[in-house]
Amino acid sequence: MSAPTLKETPQQADRAKTIYEKSVAGRRAAQLPALGEGIEETPLADLIPAHLLRREPAELPEVSEPEIVRHYNRLSRRNFDLDTGFYPLGSCTMKYNPRLNERVAALPGHAKLHPATDPADAQGALQLMYLLQESLSEITGLPTVSLQPSAGSQGELAGLLLTRAYHADRGRNPTKVLTPDTAHGTNPASVTMAGYEVVKVATNEKGGVDLEDLRSKIDDEIACLMLTNPNTLGVFDENIAEMAALVHEAGGLLYYDGANLNAIMGQARPGDMGFDIVHVNLHKSFSQPHGGGGPGAGPIAVSERVEPFIPRPQVVRVESEDGVFFDLDHDRPKSIGRLRGFQGNFGVFVRSLAYILSLGGDGLAEASRQAVLNANYLKSRLAHGRAGRYLPIAFDRHCMHEFVLSGAPMKKELGVKTLDLAKRLLDFGFHPPTVYFPLLVDEALMIEPVETESKEDLDAFADAIEKILEEAEGDPSIAQNAPYTTPVRRLDEVGATRKPRIRQPQ
Amino acid sequence: MLAAIGVDSVDDLFAQIPEEVKLGRPLDLEDGMSESEVYRFLAGLADTNLDAERIPSFLGAGMYDHYVPAIVEAIVSRSEFLTPYTPYQPEVSQGGLQVMFEFQTAMSEITGLPVANAGLYEGPSAAASAAYLAMGATGRTGLVASRGLHPHSRETLATHAVGFGATLTEVGLENGLTSADELAAAVTDDTAAVFLQNPNFLGAVEDVAALGEAVKAKGALLIVAVDPMTLGILRPPGECGADIAFGEGQPLGNRLDFGGPSFGFFCAKEEYLRKMPGRIAGETTDVDGRRGFVLTLQTREQHIRREKATSNICTAQALNALAGMIHLAWLGKRGFVELGELLARRTAYARNLLGGLDGYELLHDAPVVREFAVRSERPVGELLPLGDESEGPAPRLPVYPLGRDYPEYEDAFLVAITENRSVDEIGWLAHMLEHAQAGWGEHIHDHDEDGNPVAGGVR
Repeated sequence: MSAPTLKETPQQADRAKTIYEKSVAGRRAAQLPALGEGIEETPLADLIPAHLLRREPAELPEVSEPEIVRHYNRLSRRNFDLDTGFYPLGSCTMKYNPRLNERVAALPGHAKLHPATDPADAQGALQLMYLLQESLSEITGLPTVSLQPSAGSQGELAGLLLTRAYHADRGRNPTKVLTPDTAHGTNPASVTMAGYEVVKVATNEKGGVDLEDLRSKIDDEIACLMLTNPNTLGVFDENIAEMAALVHEAGGLLYYDGANLNAIMGQARPGDMGFDIVHVNLHKSFSQPHGGGGPGAGPIAVSERVEPFIPRPQVVRVESEDGVFFDLDHDRPKSIGRLRGFQGNFGVFVRSLAYILSLGGDGLAEASRQAVLNANYLKSRLAHGRAGRYLPIAFDRHCMHEFVLSGAPMKKELGVKTLDLAKRLLDFGFHPPTVYFPLLVDEALMIEPVETESKEDLDAFADAIEKILEEAEGDPSIAQNAPYTTPVRRLDEVGATRKPRIRQPQ
Repeated sequence: MLAAIGVDSVDDLFAQIPEEVKLGRPLDLEDGMSESEVYRFLAGLADTNLDAERIPSFLGAGMYDHYVPAIVEAIVSRSEFLTPYTPYQPEVSQGGLQVMFEFQTAMSEITGLPVANAGLYEGPSAAASAAYLAMGATGRTGLVASRGLHPHSRETLATHAVGFGATLTEVGLENGLTSADELAAAVTDDTAAVFLQNPNFLGAVEDVAALGEAVKAKGALLIVAVDPMTLGILRPPGECGADIAFGEGQPLGNRLDFGGPSFGFFCAKEEYLRKMPGRIAGETTDVDGRRGFVLTLQTREQHIRREKATSNICTAQALNALAGMIHLAWLGKRGFVELGELLARRTAYARNLLGGLDGYELLHDAPVVREFAVRSERPVGELLPLGDESEGPAPRLPVYPLGRDYPEYEDAFLVAITENRSVDEIGWLAHMLEHAQAGWGEHIHDHDEDGNPVAGGVR
C-alpha cells in the first residue's frame, strides 16, 4: 500500500471560521412579533432603574438565517457520527437510535408541555414516566425507580447520597467506598463529591475483583461497594453473590454502575445479584442519541430498604373511586431531596420508553444476546492474523458485550502506539474504540461493537485493523502520522492546555 | 459467527453468569410492538397532556414557552449532531467542538464574565457545581442562599451540601427583594459563597452589585443565577461583581419537554478557569498549522483526575447547548436586546392589568422583566380549576402557585410572559382570573360565536 498523499482535501482547505467571524454589522435573522395593541413603547429606564440595565449590547453574531443554516450544516460535516459509520467506543454503547423515538418525543403533547403543569393536565406524561419506572424496575430487578438524575454521573452521586442517608438513618456514618481499579472515572469522582473516601480494590487474573483484596479492605467503615458487572474489561464477575454477601455482612450497600447493562438485559438482573442501587444510562442501553455529548438520563433503581430515601418528587399511581390518577409525590420526609430542577429529562424518557415498547421483553433480551455475540465474534476475528499477534486480548476468555485488547506488543515491535492505530482508523472511515482505558491494561483498546451492527460491518472493521498493521510492518510512520483525510489532522492538545483560548477574542 | 467463536450457541457465551443469578425466565414486559403501534400508543398519551399549543401557558418558574425558531430543529436533528458521542477524537469532531467554542463565547458575552464552559445538565444542578467550586477555592464550608434563588436550586444545594460537608443558610425577602440586612448578617468568615438570582424567583430585578458588597467584604464568592433571556437588557452579572454566573438554558432554543433535557451554563472569572466543572473546548492548530478545536484542560475532569476531579460530569447536554447557540445567533446582537425589551414592556402591561383586577394585588412592586407575582383574595387552590367541576374535571389555570415552595406566599401565584403570549392571550388570562375570583358557579363558561362553551379557551 502506498503512503497517503499529503495533498489537502477540499474540506481541509476550507479553514474553520466561527459564526462570530462571519458577522457583519447590521445583519440579522430574527423578526420578533410586534409589541401588541395597547402596549406602549415605554422607555426601559421607566420600568427598571437605569443602574440595573445593561449599557452595551452583548456581542452576539450578526448573521442572516441562510448564513446560520449554512454555517452549522458545514460544521456538521466536520463530525463523524453513528448514522454514518461503525462506532465501537467501549463502555459507550453506540447503538442505532431509532428515528421513531425522535418523532414521538417531538409531539407537542410532550415537547410543549410545561414542567409545572398541574398533574391533572399532565396525566399522559406522568403515566409515561410511571411506565418507564415500572419497565426499568423489571429490567433491573429492583422494586423502585427514580427517573430524576440527569445522567450516569448524577445517578452515581444520587446513589452515594442515598447510601449516606441509609446509614445515617441507622445512626451510622461509615466513611469509605470501595471501587475496583477498573471502574469508570465518574465513580471515584462521584465518591469524593458525596464526601466519601475512595478505597481501590485490585483485579484478579481473570479480570474480576480480587476477592482476597476485597476481604482485606472490608471493615465497618465501608459504606458501599461500587461495581460494574460486567466490568469495563467486558468480564462478568462470577463471584458477585459472594461479594454481595461480604459487603452486606459488614453493613454496607452494593452500588451497580449500569453503564454496561447492555450485556445482560433479560439475562440477569442487578437486583438478583444483590445490588441495592443501580443507575441506568438511558443514552446507552435505551437508545437515546448521544448528541455529541448529551443529553442523557441516569435513572436509579433501588431496593426496598433504600426506597424511603429516593429523590423527590416521585411519580406515583393512585387508585381511588374516581379511577386511576398519576401524581407527583413530594411528601417523602426521608428523601435526600432534589438533584436537579423539575422531574428529570423527560424527552429522554419518551425515547427510551418508545425503545422498550418497540423491543418488548424478548426483544431486549435478544438485543443483549446479539450484543454479546457480536462482541465475541469480533474478538475472535481479532484473535487471528496480525491483530492476534500485535493486539492480544487483555483477559483471554469469552467476553460479554465488550472486550479489551492491549497494543503493547504493537508499540514494542512496530513502534506504533494505540493512539496511532486509533488515528489511522479514522482514515478508514471508522470511529476508533475507547483508548487507554481501563487504566490497568497497557495501551488499552476497549471495543464494544453493539447489537445493531451487521457481521459485514464487524468484518470490515477487523479487515481494516489487519490492513493498518500490515501497512505498519512496512512503514510505521504511516500510522504514526495519521490521520490524513480528516477535516483537520492531529491537533496540538498540549499547546491548547498551556495557553487556553476558550472563546473568541474580544 | 458461532463457529468462528468456537461455541455451539449464544447460551454458551452466557455461561460465565452463575446460574444462581441468571433470570431464567422472560422479562415481564409487554411483547414488542410495531413502529406504527408504538407511535399511536405514545401519541395517545401525549394527547392527554394540556401543552402550550392547547392552552396559552403563563407558567414560568425557570422554564418558558418561547418561540423556538424552525432552524433549530432542522440543525439539531441532523445525524452529524444528533448521533456522535462526546468528542474524544477531535479530528473527526470539529463540528461539535467548534460549536462549543462559539457557545462558550456567546455565554461569556451575555453574562459579562471572561470564561464559560460548554454547558452543564441544567440550572439547579449547576448551583451545586458552583458551590463545589467555591468550597474548593475558599476552603470554607458555609453556603448562603437568598430565598429569591429558585426553590429547586435551593433544594438541590441542600441535597448536595450533605455530601460536600457544607451548611446552607437562607436569607429572606422583603417586598420581593433579598433583604440586604439579613444577607449582611448571614455572611460570616466561613462563608464560601452567596447565591443570588436575578431576576429572582418572584420575578424581581435585584441590585446585585449593592448586595454583593457584603459578600466581598467577607471574602466569599458571589454566585448569581441568571435567566439568559433577560440579559439583553439587564446589567450582566460580570459587571455586578459576580465571581460565577450560572443558569437554566431552556429559554434559549430548547423545548419545554416537561422539564428536560435542556442545558445549564456556567461562567466565571478567569481565576477559576482551572477549577471549572464540565467540558471546555479550546482553540489550537493541527500538525499542518490548520486551525482546530479540542477538549481542553481535561486534567480537571473525571476520566483523568478520577477522585480528584473538579466535578463528576461526563455526558452533559451538548445538543441542547447547540440549540441554544443557534437561537442566540438567530436573535443576534440586536434581536437579543429587542426580545428583552419586548418582554419587559409586555410584562409591564400584563402586570398592570392583572394587578388592577378585583380580588387581586401585586405581591411586590419591585421592577420585573418577564415574570411577576400576584396575590389573590380567594385561595389560589380554588382559583385553579378553569370552570365549574360539577360535571367532571376542568383544566387548570396555567399559572404557578407559590404555596408549595413559599408557605409565606400561599395566597400568591406567578405569571410569566414570553413573546408567544399575545395581548389577546393576556386579556384572556385577565378574564379567566376575574371569573375565577368570583367563582365559576355564577359565571359559567364563556361562549364562542356558535354558542358553544369555551372552557378556559382551551383549544
